[in-house]
Amino acid sequence: MTVEWAWISDHASDLATLTVSHLQAALTAVALGLLISLPLAVVAHRIRPLRGLLLGLSNVLFTIPSIAIFVLLLPVTGLTRTTTVVGLTVYTLVVLLRNTVEGLDAVPVKVREAARAMGTRPLRTLLTVELPLALPVIMAGVRIATVMSISLVSVATYIGDGGLGQLFTDGFQRNFPTPVITGVVLTLLLALVADALLVAVQYVLTPWTRKRGA
Amino acid sequence: MTIYSPGKGWPMIKFDAVHKRFPNGTTAVDNLSLEMPEGGITVLVGSSGCGKTTTLRMINRMVDPTSGTIRVAGRDILEADAAELRRGIGYVIQQSGLFPHRTVLDNIATVPLLLGWGRKKARARASELLETVGLTAGAGRRYPHQLSGGQQQRVGVARALAADPPVLLMDEPFGAVDPVVRTQLQDELLRLQRELSKTIVFVTHDIDEAVRLGDRIAVFRTGGHLVQCAPPAELLARPADGFVADFLGAERGLKLLSLTTLADVPQRRATTVRAGEKPAPQAGWQLVTSAEGRPLGWLDPATAAMSGTGGTAGEAALVPVRPLSDGDSLLSALNESVASPSGLVARVDAEGVLTGVTSREEIHDRAGTAHATATRPASRAADEAPASHAALQRRTA
Repeated sequence: MTVEWAWISDHASDLATLTVSHLQAALTAVALGLLISLPLAVVAHRIRPLRGLLLGLSNVLFTIPSIAIFVLLLPVTGLTRTTTVVGLTVYTLVVLLRNTVEGLDAVPVKVREAARAMGTRPLRTLLTVELPLALPVIMAGVRIATVMSISLVSVATYIGDGGLGQLFTDGFQRNFPTPVITGVVLTLLLALVADALLVAVQYVLTPWTRKRGA
Repeated sequence: MTIYSPGKGWPMIKFDAVHKRFPNGTTAVDNLSLEMPEGGITVLVGSSGCGKTTTLRMINRMVDPTSGTIRVAGRDILEADAAELRRGIGYVIQQSGLFPHRTVLDNIATVPLLLGWGRKKARARASELLETVGLTAGAGRRYPHQLSGGQQQRVGVARALAADPPVLLMDEPFGAVDPVVRTQLQDELLRLQRELSKTIVFVTHDIDEAVRLGDRIAVFRTGGHLVQCAPPAELLARPADGFVADFLGAERGLKLLSLTTLADVPQRRATTVRAGEKPAPQAGWQLVTSAEGRPLGWLDPATAAMSGTGGTAGEAALVPVRPLSDGDSLLSALNESVASPSGLVARVDAEGVLTGVTSREEIHDRAGTAHATATRPASRAADEAPASHAALQRRTA
């Protein structure tokens, strides 16, 4: 299996377009996933009976095979980017929801009590005390969801999208390994870079978790 | 809620026939009527489950009563907005409850920010408070986990004081620190209180802490009953019943002595020798002092007798002395008189210079009269409880 470097340099601008499109699909899915799971997690955290229901539901959604989810969405959203993004978003929910609920659970009771006793109202306590303290656990979920989405985008090739995944079908159809290898390497790099960036973001957002001499 | 001062000594907080039953059926507070005077420290004590913490938490509406009324500065708190009420009442929580994600300075600035002071003014006030509670400016930039337990408690107190609330609620604030630090924090609180004159409600299960800090002590019994509320001396001298007496412990008499100072106890001239001089042979113990007159230690008669061999008093092996000043308690004096080889207690002025000595007997006499004065029922108490006074005499006998 040899890599034809010439093919890569010839298609550099196509590769760049695919990479951007790939990343866009994955990041939009994670962003939407967060937008949906944050309020749901708060509800699940506050209202005990709903917690099992919501977490159970996200688990069930996660067990639907990825190809099936795109096929199921086709009649509604057609062969569009929307189908890709909606499908991926469904998968992010399981990690994002669970981690946010667990992050909120981990906020010490004493701290929540202190906020209340100082005269902080519930919404402000959520936004300025509970969510910031849950951030490390939420960010762990975001990292998993991001890497998972980046690897899953390729599956959307079956509905004519799929970003870098298109290189796989192209390579297979022509029995030409270079695009396949390039696709794999680029997907991997994308996942690694995205994860590293998220680690950096978390570092900046959670200064209190850094070790400094006491 | 703005809390207006009712005037020092007048009730700032007033419980009137307050009951609290939790949904699970337990009665936490049972028919409580209690007044907490402005500018005083009221300590709520009792074993766990006696309702003392629930009582405290009802004052800032962390818990609402099932029935009865609670007034703060004359106003029924159930009519106030809970969040606004809480901003007007400082709260120091067990194990500090600091926000781990905020710097010390931002922790202290919490309530001013909620009150809309703006970040700059709130931070300036927070820096000022750091100093008030004895922390360095550098500590302000740290996060709570980077401080020791004692420092965290100081931050907790500073945070509660930030908006200068007239009322301060303290829920076992010093429970999690070691005894040495706890004593320091108690001293600091008393010092602060002399400057600030807040109405403080303090919950503890430690009776020594209660005696040390309280202007009034309210003793609770399991089931949420208030058994007795009185100034420490009165409580120690005349416990209302066997429960209170047991709670105060076997050393109740000694605790009472901790409330009386040495100031009125007479002193006389001591036999002293300067450290640089040769001691003259004496029958009794001599007190060796520095050139400035500060006591250094006791010189025993045998050593003094051998002084003919040369050597100054300062070079001899001395028995350590712990000099006491007028502000020290009779209990410390009694302790020192037992520990001192001469049976004499060295007395010093504010600069630590020797003023005289007091004998074991004089201290004992004073301790006896102090106890008798305290245990003599006030005219009010005399007509209501002659029987319990007789019972008390049996116990003290």
